[in-house]
Amino acid sequence: MAAAPAIELAGLTRRYGERVALRDVTLSLPAGATLVVFGPNGAGKSTLLRVLSTLLRPHAGVARVLGRSLPDEGWAVRGRLGLLGHAPLLYRDLTGRENLVFHARLHRVALDRADELLERVGLTARAGDKVHTYSRGMVQRLAVCRAVLHDPEVLLLDEPRANLDPAARELVEPLIGAASGRTRVVTSHDPAGGLAEADLALGLRAGSVALVAAAREVHAEQIGALYR
Amino acid sequence: MLYGTRLRALAIATAVTLTAGFGLAFFYAPMDADQGFMQKIFYVHVPMAIVTLGGFVFAGIMAIKHLRTREAKYDLRAYVAIHLSLVLGAGVLITGSIWAKASWGHWWVWEEPTLVSYLVVFLLYATYQPLRFSIEDPERQARYASVFAVIAGAFVPLNFLAVRLAETYTHPRVFATSDGGLPAKMQFPFLVCLIGMAALFVTLWKYEMASKHTSSQLRSLRRKLAGDDAVAPQGRSAAPSLGTSS
Amino acid sequence: MKAAVDALLRKELRLELRAPQAVPAMALFSVTTLVVFHFALQRGQVEGDLASGVLWVTLLFAAMLGTSRLFVADHEEGGLDGFLLAPVDRTALLVAKALAMFAFLAIVELVAVPAFALLLLGPTPDASALAQLVLVLALADAGVAVTGTLVAALAVQTRARDLLVPLLALPLLMPVVIAAAKGTTPLLAAAGTGDVGARWLVILGLYDLVFGLIAYAVFDFLVED
Repeated sequence: MAAAPAIELAGLTRRYGERVALRDVTLSLPAGATLVVFGPNGAGKSTLLRVLSTLLRPHAGVARVLGRSLPDEGWAVRGRLGLLGHAPLLYRDLTGRENLVFHARLHRVALDRADELLERVGLTARAGDKVHTYSRGMVQRLAVCRAVLHDPEVLLLDEPRANLDPAARELVEPLIGAASGRTRVVTSHDPAGGLAEADLALGLRAGSVALVAAAREVHAEQIGALYR
Repeated sequence: MLYGTRLRALAIATAVTLTAGFGLAFFYAPMDADQGFMQKIFYVHVPMAIVTLGGFVFAGIMAIKHLRTREAKYDLRAYVAIHLSLVLGAGVLITGSIWAKASWGHWWVWEEPTLVSYLVVFLLYATYQPLRFSIEDPERQARYASVFAVIAGAFVPLNFLAVRLAETYTHPRVFATSDGGLPAKMQFPFLVCLIGMAALFVTLWKYEMASKHTSSQLRSLRRKLAGDDAVAPQGRSAAPSLGTSS
Repeated sequence: MKAAVDALLRKELRLELRAPQAVPAMALFSVTTLVVFHFALQRGQVEGDLASGVLWVTLLFAAMLGTSRLFVADHEEGGLDGFLLAPVDRTALLVAKALAMFAFLAIVELVAVPAFALLLLGPTPDASALAQLVLVLALADAGVAVTGTLVAALAVQTRARDLLVPLLALPLLMPVVIAAAKGTTPLLAAAGTGDVGARWLVILGLYDLVFGLIAYAVFDFLVED
């Protein structure tokens, strides 16, 4: 018996005033697979992630994450999702460790997990410094820690490798990469790289679905065409 | 819902009732021994006050419905009700002031707790529109406005109670208003004026609802016929929009 | 939920300690206001209802200052999203913020009330009057904290935040002002202090209860999307 898909969308629509941010998005993503979302700025990629993370409610259509329907059952699934958006969601006047401890308490996760993660991304030495003293790369690494702190089953990553140098990318890869074994939704502006790590590819343009197919059936030029 | 139905009949009924009410107030109701003719403004002031407070409560109920169902129409109903109550509320304060002058010789008295409470309520609801205007996202604007309408609606009775307790502690009530202790000859004109004022509110409310509804439908049709780009975006506004579907 | 309130409250207090936004400004503002009152009223000493009025106006306006800042840090640093992503009852945020506000007000009063006694208050309240004053302050602070949290949450998303907070909060706090001012008048009287009238305590308690319930009912709608 096939396991239920991790993410199921049918006709998902989200508006912003009179403008439609997402129109009629339909797809199904099996557990453990990676969905890469392509599209120019303003296409609706971040909105899609925010809807999946339960921060935004769908205005029309069906959205099911881990078998739970949004927005009504969002509360049940919230603790099993991890969002890494544009904003790092960290308090600049608290230290790196204090930020993670705060989130650990909210998610009811053991506090030493924070130290464990800080070690894995190489931030232990600076863990006692306030976040506003961190470089952008360090902030991003800390944000990754925050996103995976509670060991989520689904990762929602909005351009996760931005601001990271190759060394840093290597450090975070086991946490948020394909090898982590989690279901992932990743936005990307890189056609070749994105398709390489994707199982399913979604191309958005002005909120509408321009293409949705298994990654191996999609060519990089099709992705490029979204931007024209 | 078609707000424009029976509007003309309602408008005529309102005009008739109000005229009758005022006529009764002028000629039929007795002249007050102390306050003289100016006391008759009571027949305008108190019904208006009662109706506007009813309007605020109605808006609170519509706001609760909006929060529960997230349907824009409830938000619009609340908006129009508050808007209208505020405009008439200014009239309440002005007529109240005239009445105070007639009775006390001052344009404002703190000894009349109902008037004072009303001022506080008016000041509160006056922030409704600026609040709406300062939130750009239409959905959030509607939601926050509804929360405000609920808070303000619950606040009204609490405020009246507090002011009443504060003032009567040192000053006895002066004006005999509404139900308790009105002589028969005053009751009837008062009642007619009250009904007339309520009818006025409903008529104006329906007019404004019909107007907003129609322009929203017009935009929607235009968009359907000529595409999204043919309709200029609404820009920032404090008024609720009925969304793309209607 | 207790754990969440605990975590949130710790964060609030730690942030305020680390990067003070509200408390020092509120405390300083109250002392300055007292000086303004001296010049504006052209008096060296006040007592009775005038003393009561000066005290409450000072505290109220200082509170308005602090209320505006209550959600700003979260809003600017996307912190609210961090909370919203956690599997936690949203009411925890309301409780934590209101408790934090209450704590801030208490600290400010530790400065403002003695300053008031020093600078402007004529009569010296005895122990019983002081105890009752603390009671009224506590009840009033609870009301200001709850209403302030609601209004701050409403206003943080708007563009004219600092203007809207006082405009919204002051009418809503009128019953608190009425009851608190009337209540503390006999406590600060020159010719023999009296007791706080029970009715004022009842109004304050009722206000706290009603607004607490309202806040509980509507807060979710303010933070969720």
